[in-house]
Amino acid sequence: MYKFSLVFVFLFTSLVFAAGEMKAPMEPDWTFQGPLGKFDRAELQRGYQVYTEVCSSCHSMNLLSYRNLVQAGGPEFSEEQAKAMAAMFEVETGPNSDGEMFMRPAILSDRFVSPWKNEQEGRVANGGAYPPDLSVMVKARSGGADYVYSLILGYKDEVPEGVTLDDGVYYNIYAKNQKIAMPQVLYEDGVEYTDGTAATEVQMAKDVTAFLAWSAEPKLEERKRIGFKVIIYLIILSFLLYFTNKRIWRDTSH
Amino acid sequence: MSDNYEPQSAVGKWIDKRLPLISLFSGHLMQFPTPKNLNYWWTFGGILTFCLITQILTGLVLAMHYVADANLAFASVEHIMRDVNYGWLLRYMHATGASMFFIAVYIHMARSLFYGSYKEPRELIWIIGVFIFLLMVATAFMGYVLPWGQMSFWGATVITNLFSAVPFFGEAITNWLWGDYSVGSALLTRFFTLHYLMPFLIFGLVILHIWALHVPGNNNPEGIDVIKGQDTVPFHPHYVVKDVFALVVFMIVFAGFVFFSPNILGHSDNYIQANALQTPEHIVPEWYFLPFYAVLRAIPDKLGGVIAMVSAIAILAFIPWLDHSKVRSAKYRPLYKQFYWLLIFDFILLGYLGAQPATGIYLILGRLATLYYFLHFLLVMPLVGYIEKPKPLPKSISEPVLSNEEQQAKANLAT
Repeated sequence: MYKFSLVFVFLFTSLVFAAGEMKAPMEPDWTFQGPLGKFDRAELQRGYQVYTEVCSSCHSMNLLSYRNLVQAGGPEFSEEQAKAMAAMFEVETGPNSDGEMFMRPAILSDRFVSPWKNEQEGRVANGGAYPPDLSVMVKARSGGADYVYSLILGYKDEVPEGVTLDDGVYYNIYAKNQKIAMPQVLYEDGVEYTDGTAATEVQMAKDVTAFLAWSAEPKLEERKRIGFKVIIYLIILSFLLYFTNKRIWRDTSH
Repeated sequence: MSDNYEPQSAVGKWIDKRLPLISLFSGHLMQFPTPKNLNYWWTFGGILTFCLITQILTGLVLAMHYVADANLAFASVEHIMRDVNYGWLLRYMHATGASMFFIAVYIHMARSLFYGSYKEPRELIWIIGVFIFLLMVATAFMGYVLPWGQMSFWGATVITNLFSAVPFFGEAITNWLWGDYSVGSALLTRFFTLHYLMPFLIFGLVILHIWALHVPGNNNPEGIDVIKGQDTVPFHPHYVVKDVFALVVFMIVFAGFVFFSPNILGHSDNYIQANALQTPEHIVPEWYFLPFYAVLRAIPDKLGGVIAMVSAIAILAFIPWLDHSKVRSAKYRPLYKQFYWLLIFDFILLGYLGAQPATGIYLILGRLATLYYFLHFLLVMPLVGYIEKPKPLPKSISEPVLSNEEQQAKANLAT
């Protein structure tokens, strides 16, 4: 056990140190935290709305399909809702019998439609900085959901003295070196929630981050549910084996 | 051993006469005489076998869905995570399994070092073990490249570039390894094929490892030879059940990682698709390579660093001759024991330093820790053998396993 614990100590300290000189992110309560955590359906549905109405004008989510919106453990929109949501986008398909590509409304099996035809188009439209794909963003940043949430809310109106910002660079207290190429995008009432929730900045940031946490780890609920059963099973089994072992060794001095 | 098994049925007799497979298993997994005083540090051999089999089975299914192409690999791994039935479970078991494999192998090696299990007549078991470890390192490294994330790509770039340190032929060798002029699809494909091949080589070496073990039999915490019968118990059920109990406890920790923090042992940058135009801020290997990474960076010269890193593993193969003390167990070696714990501390320190930037105090500490690592084997081990006065050894393992009262009772009986 001694070595075990040491291994873990150095493991975790190294992870903490790896985070570097950035401001520690805020830590709101996430419903999906902890061994029994689950996503809040309404939160994910609102998050999808924020993504489509705000983020998706610059950020793609290439790994998601519209069918994922229906799947268990996610926002769990009804199939009709998801079909209607998909149909709001157009995808190029084909070729048809004349050899021509053509546009049709997206269906459930289509991937989320990207705002850009290709990476180059995204770069040109954003001063050279390509807005990264958000599919696994929460897992791709140290700090995870806390970091993404903080970054969205980290913009300050007043830039402190001594900080000079180049064109197309914005001040954000949670970004590396407090500089980021993404402007502030969430403003109060930036979306009108269909469920009537007041669209404050904090509310929208929380909802969209939860949505991104789901998109990065769509099997989180299933994982924790199975994990709980597995651990209980193994603990019971270990007790049985402990006593079996004791019994077997009863007559042997060792 | 094997002659204890007598087939009863006609079919059994027919088969056993032609291929004594059941006799073999009966001899080596059932009746095999095992010292009765083995402690829980001895359960890691079985745990490691479990780890290897788990990696092979999960890897087999992952390979059915994975695409080894630089443009498709990242997406195919996410396809496994999202669309393959229980793909997330298989992948997390496989990725976390690698870490668990290394935790177990480091404990297994530390146990051998403490109890002198590498000494006469068990030198070959140890040396085969060093080769297994070397293959594990190669396999794990190549496996980490396959998801083709940023750390995969840049880790592969850093490590394959080490070959360019070879004098005269460096560049030619590197290009030959890459199959290209840079790290790309050609390298990814060959890493995938080798990553699939190597576990089976490991499996073969494991059979040799166990075969070599079953010639002299197990060492034990006292480090003295056992008297068959008096000091031994049959492997089954005594050690089968004990090993399985330890394995299940190990699986609880394993499951804890897989189901509740599957990504804590990895690096978040590996969820960013490989990008040859963007170098990550810090390129760090998986945690289990950090001690050797620290050794590599401690030497200011590239070629020197590579030689040091390779030597750090290679030197292990010479331990049976570097340590010439006849006493096996560190329990009876007061001086060696202290240096042993110093080495363990040194190794963990190297691991910590491997994760830090190689500058300032970290670099100085890294050099000192590297120096001690090599001095421990090259200087301390041989010298301690001369200087040290070992404690008196028990006459048999039955002597120390009897409690004081039992010994008293035995003494009373004799008088």
